[in-house]
Amino acid sequence: MTGPGAAAPRNRLATAGARATTQAMLRNQPRGDVIRNTAFAGLLLLAILIALAGLLALLIQAFAKGSSALSLDLFTNPPSTAFPEKAGFRPAIIGSLELIAGVILFVIPVGIGAALYLEEYADKTRWWNRLIEVNIQNLAAVPSIIYGILGLAFIVRGPFDLGFILAAGSLTLALLVLPMVIIAAREAIRAVPDSIRQGSLALGATKWQTIRRQVLPASVPGIATGVILAVSRALGETAPLLLVGATVFVTFDPTPFSPDGYSAMPVQIFNYAVRPQEEFQALAAAGIIVMLIVLLAMNSFAIWLRNRYEQRW
Amino acid sequence: MTQDESRAGTGRQTREAAAERAAIAVRPGEFNHGPSGVREKVFEMKGVEVLYGGVSAVKDITMDVHRNDVTALIGPSGCGKSTLIRCLNRMNDLIPSAEVRGELLYHGEDLYGSTVDPVQVRKLIGMVFQKPNPFPKSIYDNVAFGPRILGEKDDLDATVEGALRGAALWEEVKDRLEDNAFGLSGGQQQRLCIARCIAVQPDTILMDEPCSALDPISTGKIEDLMIELKEQFSIVIVTHNMQQAARVSDRTAFLMVELDADEDNRWGRLVEYDETEKIFTNPSDSRTEDYVSGKVG
Repeated sequence: MTGPGAAAPRNRLATAGARATTQAMLRNQPRGDVIRNTAFAGLLLLAILIALAGLLALLIQAFAKGSSALSLDLFTNPPSTAFPEKAGFRPAIIGSLELIAGVILFVIPVGIGAALYLEEYADKTRWWNRLIEVNIQNLAAVPSIIYGILGLAFIVRGPFDLGFILAAGSLTLALLVLPMVIIAAREAIRAVPDSIRQGSLALGATKWQTIRRQVLPASVPGIATGVILAVSRALGETAPLLLVGATVFVTFDPTPFSPDGYSAMPVQIFNYAVRPQEEFQALAAAGIIVMLIVLLAMNSFAIWLRNRYEQRW
Repeated sequence: MTQDESRAGTGRQTREAAAERAAIAVRPGEFNHGPSGVREKVFEMKGVEVLYGGVSAVKDITMDVHRNDVTALIGPSGCGKSTLIRCLNRMNDLIPSAEVRGELLYHGEDLYGSTVDPVQVRKLIGMVFQKPNPFPKSIYDNVAFGPRILGEKDDLDATVEGALRGAALWEEVKDRLEDNAFGLSGGQQQRLCIARCIAVQPDTILMDEPCSALDPISTGKIEDLMIELKEQFSIVIVTHNMQQAARVSDRTAFLMVELDADEDNRWGRLVEYDETEKIFTNPSDSRTEDYVSGKVG
């Protein structure tokens, strides 16, 4: 160590010099970088705005047109061709609720069952299991009208021969969203770490006990989120319903197995929207608002559920 | 009934149930602490080989594990210690390509016999894993999980308390049994896993590097616990830490990686198996000596 005499000032000088150099280097941000960064961030923001603009335009349009028709009568009154001021969505709302109830009843056991088989039992080295996997991915991308044709050919007519009843529409919609549910449930099941399964098996639990008491409870939030998103998709679907008998004009409350026909929200909205009278246009817009509120509520609930109960490993 | 009496009662039930299920009628104090030749054997391995997809991971293992001993498996990475310990409670069955050859007896019974149910095996031979793996449930439910799947409904509280006391965790968690187990520290989580394991009253506990994810203080607690637990259970432990093997085990097996002539394949092989003291002070194989003295590995 050097003494405080001659060496100290030189050390101070050297330190000051080094600091000045460091400062100069740290603060020397090239102007080009700044411009490129800002421009890129701006582009990304624009992309988001375009995505939101669509939703925003729809909301504004619907509210501007439909706010005059918004009232509780929408929920309680049947549709009418003669008196738009009295017309409502009651049969369509009840029809939609019954449809999605059927979808939920069908999709939860079948979807979870299929996902459990694929994740917990299927030997992935076998070609048929891989084939099933690829097919499920593909099924999720099949256009909904195709499911409508399938429902018409196999459920309404053909082997099941149920006729144009609400339950047939429900089954068709369930088939449509089933791949979504399977994929979401598989992801939730796969997110449960293997150490949990091993810990349970090492205690002498059987495979089924392990699945039933460890894997399923831990994946319920993820599965529930997937089911809700799938159901909101089913709620908004129109095309397959038109093929399997959602008659556009129903003035009575539909029941699941009655052959008298049924309606659903999106079908009823379409029916009002194609009428020339201003009042029916407003009714259609009001119906869109009701549906949007229901859909947003369901999706928000799914997000809340995921954030609240999601297990972090 | 005081707490101590109830604990003693649970302890007796514990041992009786374990002995009954293992179809052996030994009471504490009756078993032989004499020279190794006449001691009761828990595991007898003769020429055990484990293969993954037809390739040997470990072969030619011949050794006996004695009752109420802590038996340590040491050796460098890739020598097959974990593979070997996992075939002692048939956890290797979970890997479809795994295959066990040779003779592996558990209390004289062929562990891989065609009529043996791996689920029953795992009830008798518990396992504690490298990384603490508590279930995403409350502390109470973690410990009660095993007894519940065995159909135990009455006296769950006593079983849970007994197991937590057995794992030296009761005093730390008795006021928050309903809290999620993920809120515990790593060392507490590992002791919870041990409690979970002893709650099903096994006969043997396998520990696969139980302290490798823990700090030295937690490690010390678990080592003390092992020495306590061997009064009641037989313990097999895999460890990378030679000091740990020296501190806690009665007998130590040293495994090493072996290569074939063209160095394409590698597998683990048992080099030496003896009293821990002898392995660490006066091993008969020079490779053991090199390893325990830190020259290789």
